Amino acid sequence: MVHHSAEAGGIVLSGLSKSYGQVRAVRSIDLTIAPGETVALLGPNGAGKTTTIDMMLGLTHPDAGTVSVFGRPPAAAVRAGWVGGMLQTGSLLEHLKVRELVSLMASYYPHPLAVADVLRLTGADEFAGQLTTKLSGGQAQRVRFASALIGDPDLLVLDEPTAGIDVAGRHEFWQAMREVAGRGKTVLFATHYLEEADAYADRIVLIAHGQVIADGPATEIKARAGARMIRATLPGVQLAVLGALPGVVSADRHGDAVLLSCSDADTALRALLGAFPAARDIEVRGGSLEEAFLELTADDEMDSAATAGAMAQGGTR
Amino acid sequence: MTAVTHFRYEIVRTFRNRVFYAVTLALPLVLFYAVASGQRSATFDGITFPLYFMTAMAVYGAMFAAVSPGARIARDRAGGWTRQQRITPLRAGTDIAAKVITAYLIALPSVVLVFLAGASLGVRLNATQWLELGGLLLVGLTPFIALGITLGYLVATDALTPAIGGVVILFSLVGGVYGFQLAHSGPLFDVMKAIPSYWLVQAGKTAFGGGGWPAQGWIVIAAWTAAGVVAATFAYRRSAARG
Repeated sequence: MVHHSAEAGGIVLSGLSKSYGQVRAVRSIDLTIAPGETVALLGPNGAGKTTTIDMMLGLTHPDAGTVSVFGRPPAAAVRAGWVGGMLQTGSLLEHLKVRELVSLMASYYPHPLAVADVLRLTGADEFAGQLTTKLSGGQAQRVRFASALIGDPDLLVLDEPTAGIDVAGRHEFWQAMREVAGRGKTVLFATHYLEEADAYADRIVLIAHGQVIADGPATEIKARAGARMIRATLPGVQLAVLGALPGVVSADRHGDAVLLSCSDADTALRALLGAFPAARDIEVRGGSLEEAFLELTADDEMDSAATAGAMAQGGTR
Repeated sequence: MTAVTHFRYEIVRTFRNRVFYAVTLALPLVLFYAVASGQRSATFDGITFPLYFMTAMAVYGAMFAAVSPGARIARDRAGGWTRQQRITPLRAGTDIAAKVITAYLIALPSVVLVFLAGASLGVRLNATQWLELGGLLLVGLTPFIALGITLGYLVATDALTPAIGGVVILFSLVGGVYGFQLAHSGPLFDVMKAIPSYWLVQAGKTAFGGGGWPAQGWIVIAAWTAAGVVAATFAYRRSAARG
């Protein structure tokens, strides 16, 4: 069931920034999530996913920027019971049995689901009578999932929900997740697995070095992450011109070298040589997700703005 | 949403920690019998030694009970459950109220058991005196509950056990819990009279004589309670701000 809160707009993060000492964990993130959307926050470790999530949940105060959850500040949305979260770290409450813990969580919310239903959905019913301290990692993760679901929140935020779960457990987890998402919930989950993001999200937000570097439907991000890259030495050419070549998704510069991320590398290479015969030292190669991250986020401060601009143009949003 | 479920499970959780509960109940009893059984007919500080030391050991157990929620707070904080709880609609005030309730629920049986032990060694009070003594102890416990909550939010888990133990021992020493008093006059005695545990231990004599603490006792307890609540609020906010 979706409550009235969903009608008050979705989740809006604007200009969100947070530093820890010298480390700029999150640098001016803008993100809008429509009600009912399932969005994956995809990025390597240390990208700023958890900090972003903590600010969305009101656990961490941003240095700059604002968060709106269905039209309210995070703390107010949390207090209204609109938010369910599964945090990355955390032991469960000690000296309680699983069923007791989930019942306790249910008591905090105005319109909780039935405890037995949620235990069954998450597979936690198999060990509902166990003390929380006697669970395996995968079992504890299911209890955490049950705790996030029990309040029937409109927004579910899951920080690396499958960390520590084996392959079979992952499959079951995502099946349950799909069922929940199918009830019209807004879901945001963080992951560093491209496959998970691809299989279970309507939309992927690629984040690295605290910035959104790509934002679009899963298929598109997947294509980009797995895209071929052309590297060439080509001084003095505008990145915008290169980015507009056929087959090129985005362009970036490192000194004299330019780096073209391509949806169609053959077409792009022909176009590049046709337009700029001076291009030399040409390399064409497949890019892994990790490489895409590294290339897209290389620490060229001068070019990072241009990269972000090119990526924004390349995206559909 | 109801706070009753939260209170109930907080209590369940406390009493399932059996070792902690057993030690909290047993320690003052063991100390009481070990020390007082040989001095049944002695007098101390104007009353019989068993009455003095029974009160002192009741204070000892009650102080450990009072600061114990601090240990649970620190563990939940270190384990990350505090963060999980902060993204639910549970009010911080409800949670802290639950901690206060459990502190009293552990302290009460501890005090009653020590009273029974006292009676077994010849402490004789009438019903009014027993009730007054018990009442003064529970009232005087409040600043220690606030202190435990403050430490729970402020101190890291691995430092918490020595911190809590140290605080209880220090207050015990200054308050005369160990069966001797550091001073009977002079500046040190003035310091003792500004410490809540001193007035807790004095509750034995006070109840025996009837009429409650003198004004200074009430002022000291009230002032420490107020300071404790301010400190606990500060500690909670600081912990929350750090996520």
